[in-house]
Amino acid sequence: MTDSSYSMAELMIAAAAQAWRNDGELAATGIGPLPRLGAGLCKLLYNPALATTDGECWFTSEPLPPGGKSSDAEIEGWANYDRIFSGLWTGKRHAMVAPVQIDRFGQTNISVIGDHARPKAAMLGARGFPGNSVHHPNSFFFPTHNTRAFVPGEVDYVCSAGYNPDRYLGDGPLPAIDLRIIVTNLAVMDFGGPNHAVRVVSLHPGVTFDEVQDNTGFPVLRPETIPTTPAPTAEELATIDKLDVKGVRHKVLKDNPPGDRKAA
Amino acid sequence: MTLNKTMTIDDIVDQLSDGMTIGIGGWATRRKPMALVRAIARSSLKDLTVVAYGGPDVGLLAATGKIRKLIFSFVSMDQIPLEPHFRAARQSAAFEILELDEGLLHWGLRAAAMRLPFLPTRIGIGTDLLKQAELSKTVTSPFADGETLVAMPALRLDVALLHVHRSDVRGNVLTLSPDPFFDELFSRAAEKTFVTAEKIVPTADLQMRANSRFNLVERPLITGVAEAPFGAHPTSAAPDYQLDLGHLKTYVEGAASPEAWADYRAKFVDVTDDAYLAAVGGAEAVKSIPQPAY
Repeated sequence: MTDSSYSMAELMIAAAAQAWRNDGELAATGIGPLPRLGAGLCKLLYNPALATTDGECWFTSEPLPPGGKSSDAEIEGWANYDRIFSGLWTGKRHAMVAPVQIDRFGQTNISVIGDHARPKAAMLGARGFPGNSVHHPNSFFFPTHNTRAFVPGEVDYVCSAGYNPDRYLGDGPLPAIDLRIIVTNLAVMDFGGPNHAVRVVSLHPGVTFDEVQDNTGFPVLRPETIPTTPAPTAEELATIDKLDVKGVRHKVLKDNPPGDRKAA
Repeated sequence: MTLNKTMTIDDIVDQLSDGMTIGIGGWATRRKPMALVRAIARSSLKDLTVVAYGGPDVGLLAATGKIRKLIFSFVSMDQIPLEPHFRAARQSAAFEILELDEGLLHWGLRAAAMRLPFLPTRIGIGTDLLKQAELSKTVTSPFADGETLVAMPALRLDVALLHVHRSDVRGNVLTLSPDPFFDELFSRAAEKTFVTAEKIVPTADLQMRANSRFNLVERPLITGVAEAPFGAHPTSAAPDYQLDLGHLKTYVEGAASPEAWADYRAKFVDVTDDAYLAAVGGAEAVKSIPQPAY
């Protein structure tokens, strides 16, 4: 297997897997096929203590891939919604979600585009984003990194709280906001700049910082040296292949592009 | 005298009135009382406030103009994330809304279930949810921490509508699906709870000693029970039957144009329950639908 034989989806899965690596024992939730495969990969190779679900209501002993059915898996626990809520309030969960918009504060939106009262596009509603954001760590996944997703100003409807003290209440303790990494098709970023400013952690092979900045609606912090996002190892690729038997990962990104542009 | 709460679906609809606040149990595409929802869609009821973890139940009531106000945290069909009738209604500002977090909705029902005016929470802090008047009140902890918290108002319901698997004539119910969701809280938050049941059986057949954990609420909360085989279709009532993704696609196609909707409505809404079951393929076809992947 050569370095250029991996796809962008596989690069992003491997990058996503790092999110839960040092979390210890908690519930790892990846929403969407690639974050879900990332959580599964992390559990299989780096953090076996992670608890993952079938996306319906069971914790499974082995990570269940997208398209997998719990009836074919060993069940190790109950993950009904009441328990998911109770669990997330304790902070024992780290979710990687795929919002429609994100802003410089790490605030995200999955509810509406445009005005809330009469939206241009109504989507899902806030779902569990508000509660997730003030109770447990969250990471983000964007299959398409552009200025429609990484918006200037604030997102159209703030569903999840970010590092924006103007929106906090009173003088009490700050909400327990803990935003970890952002995985996109261009880069991995985090909130490690001054006052939690978004900064580039690594650039995917062949991507420049300027390309990331041009596709981001707010200033991104540029560290002096920026590493290249590591290619998935042979072990990671083999594990992803074994986990995603149905090859769902090949159909998530348009035309299933290679992970290293030079290989295109 | 024996206690007998059985009634028909139309009897349940007769118990509802314009302007009521109605909570609908289940979650998205799971265990929604759809036969009852279709009966409401056919009725003359109007100006309802609907509280739900929404799926095609909310979609149908939106499409038939029954909703004055929607209290929700999402309306989605999971595998088909965007609910077309809900989207259209929101985009034309067809009704008022109170948009909540999933946990806030839980908390509002919990407050109502406890007959409290509100419950404190951190959920909503830092978000646009708090710009809504009903979520704009805060409360300060009386203890040393002095924390400012969101006051989630009680979501009191006039009625809760639930779909269960088994009931006896007295309203002793069993919900056998793997996830009970928040049906218990919907019931406790409501003045009256009406259930549709896959099957009404003799009390002994409930095998309550073994099945007690599937008995979500005690029978004094249950006002009426209507037998409704396949009453959750096209949503799931596992283990009896799974969700019908094929029909949900037909439902989505039925939202593509006014003509498509008229056609869907004529075939699947403005019909008797027997005709509905025949139109979606019949009992054996629904029972043989395989478990979906989530």
